[in-house]
Amino acid sequence: MYSKGKEKTWKFFVLLCGLLMIALPIAIGIFLAVKGNALFYQYHHTLGEFLFTTTWKLKDDLVGGGKGGAAVFIVGSLIVCGLALLIAVPFSLAAAIFMTEIAPKWGTKILRPAVEIFVGIPSVVYGWIGMTVLVPFLQNVFHLKTGRSVLAGGIVLAVMIFPSITTVAADAIRAVPVSARMAAYGLGATRWQVTHQIVMPAAQTSVLTGVILGLARAFGEALAVAMVIGKTPAFPKGIFGQTATMTTVIASRMAELMEGSEAKAGLWTIAFILYLISLFFIFLIHIIAAKGAKKNK
Amino acid sequence: MKLNKIAALTMASAMIMSMTAFADADLSKLSGDVSCTGSSALQPLVQAAADKFAEIAPGVNITVDAGGSGQGLQNVSDGTSTVGDSDVFAEEKLDADKAAELVDHQVCAIGMAVVVSQDVADGGVKSLTTDQLVSIFTGETTNWKDVGGPDEEITLVLRPEGSGTRATFEKYALGGAEEAGEAMENDNSAELQKALQDTNGSVGYLALSYILPDEAQEAMQGIATVAIDDVEPTLENIYNGTYNVWAYEHMYTKGEADEATQAFIDYITGDFSDDVESLGYAVSSKLTKTDGHTGEAAPAGETEAQ
Repeated sequence: MYSKGKEKTWKFFVLLCGLLMIALPIAIGIFLAVKGNALFYQYHHTLGEFLFTTTWKLKDDLVGGGKGGAAVFIVGSLIVCGLALLIAVPFSLAAAIFMTEIAPKWGTKILRPAVEIFVGIPSVVYGWIGMTVLVPFLQNVFHLKTGRSVLAGGIVLAVMIFPSITTVAADAIRAVPVSARMAAYGLGATRWQVTHQIVMPAAQTSVLTGVILGLARAFGEALAVAMVIGKTPAFPKGIFGQTATMTTVIASRMAELMEGSEAKAGLWTIAFILYLISLFFIFLIHIIAAKGAKKNK
Repeated sequence: MKLNKIAALTMASAMIMSMTAFADADLSKLSGDVSCTGSSALQPLVQAAADKFAEIAPGVNITVDAGGSGQGLQNVSDGTSTVGDSDVFAEEKLDADKAAELVDHQVCAIGMAVVVSQDVADGGVKSLTTDQLVSIFTGETTNWKDVGGPDEEITLVLRPEGSGTRATFEKYALGGAEEAGEAMENDNSAELQKALQDTNGSVGYLALSYILPDEAQEAMQGIATVAIDDVEPTLENIYNGTYNVWAYEHMYTKGEADEATQAFIDYITGDFSDDVESLGYAVSSKLTKTDGHTGEAAPAGETEAQ
């Protein structure tokens, strides 16, 4: 039954939930900023040292005086995520085009649910399978001392971000009006020409959003990468080399370190940088979306 | 429930009547809460002891968590937990005045062994000298053939900085030298075992509690221990003083331990001793040569000078 009191209560409840949604990420950001700045203010490291030097040897005590260069982890994250994109994007786009343009019926009925299953698999499972199947496989095929490598990390991440990119891209392609396709076919264009010159350009911005979403997920993934990358805090020697990323170094060291120590403060700083990076990705998506909206007008 | 109440009452009155007379009082009537946090190397032992202690002292509620030696010391110092488990002396992690408030209970000792992947052992590396160890773990020697092994690249498989296992190994096996060079880092010893298994030419270190117990044999498949200066890493060699890579395991309390905590610690060093050995730890009372392992005699200035 309609009742004004009830409506007000619910309106208030929904508003509260909305405000909480806004407050939480801001609160997390502030928390990370406070925790992370100890490295600079309390232990007197410089941002230049943090970003551009490579020795990460912070002391697990309250005195400090270690070295806090995170360049290896930042570069490690960039390389592994870049590699994952390089592998995942072609597959994702091909899959998206296949399930919308080439075999829409079969694609929607079977391929799409199949891809969506990927999303639900927990990252620890990906990591574990990577560790027990992919790592020995790489070791045997390429005769390596170990299969734990940048390549293994890239492949595992690629498999993980493939479904997010594919589903977003498929939605974007499906959203291109049928009339545009029909007009092109009417002019005598082949299916490839329609896909390549009409559909893909029209879907471009949304597809890019999907790619960035995938990249953001790749950047934030710790567990699965940690299990296959060999966690070596040095620049990788090629694609079969080992390295560490921002997320793996936090995951592997946080448990042993004392709260408030220089080493722990350094990890909080890395966490804050990760937060800033994900903020940056979100802004990027919004900028691209805004540009796309303008163009479509 | 009623029995518990009576027990509690008896306990309370007993405590009021004589705070000092506690000796071998009836454990079954003892009650209290004991929380232990800290060293992940000591955690399995404390947990096993807690499980058995619960049978003879059902009134004492013991919780055991890991979190690292530094965190354990900080927790006991600020009162978050009653016991701080640590691989290192409190003075190495806390301010001097904070460390002075804590009471050290050295419940056992833990040995560390150098371990290599099977291919290295099969290639002839059975023993390494201290100099060779330093050279390997600081990244100077990079091929096994330089230390009498196969022509294979050396891969270091270590624990990250802050780990008590690492600190002990650097102090007693490497003579205080800091590990350097490229190394795979592992969150815990079980993970390190896995990394050794699937990396050819790898070397690392493990606490004997991950090597000696019967339950550990499966995890040790494909991994071999290496003697240091021809002395095998065994409990006997730790006891007779020939194998020096070991450290005391500490259970710190803030001030004197309360009755329940003291009873638990006494239990570990007393009736639990046989289990201590079968879990791969060394019993403190059997140690014959402790030079350099007591807090005062530790290589001085080392922690400050780093």
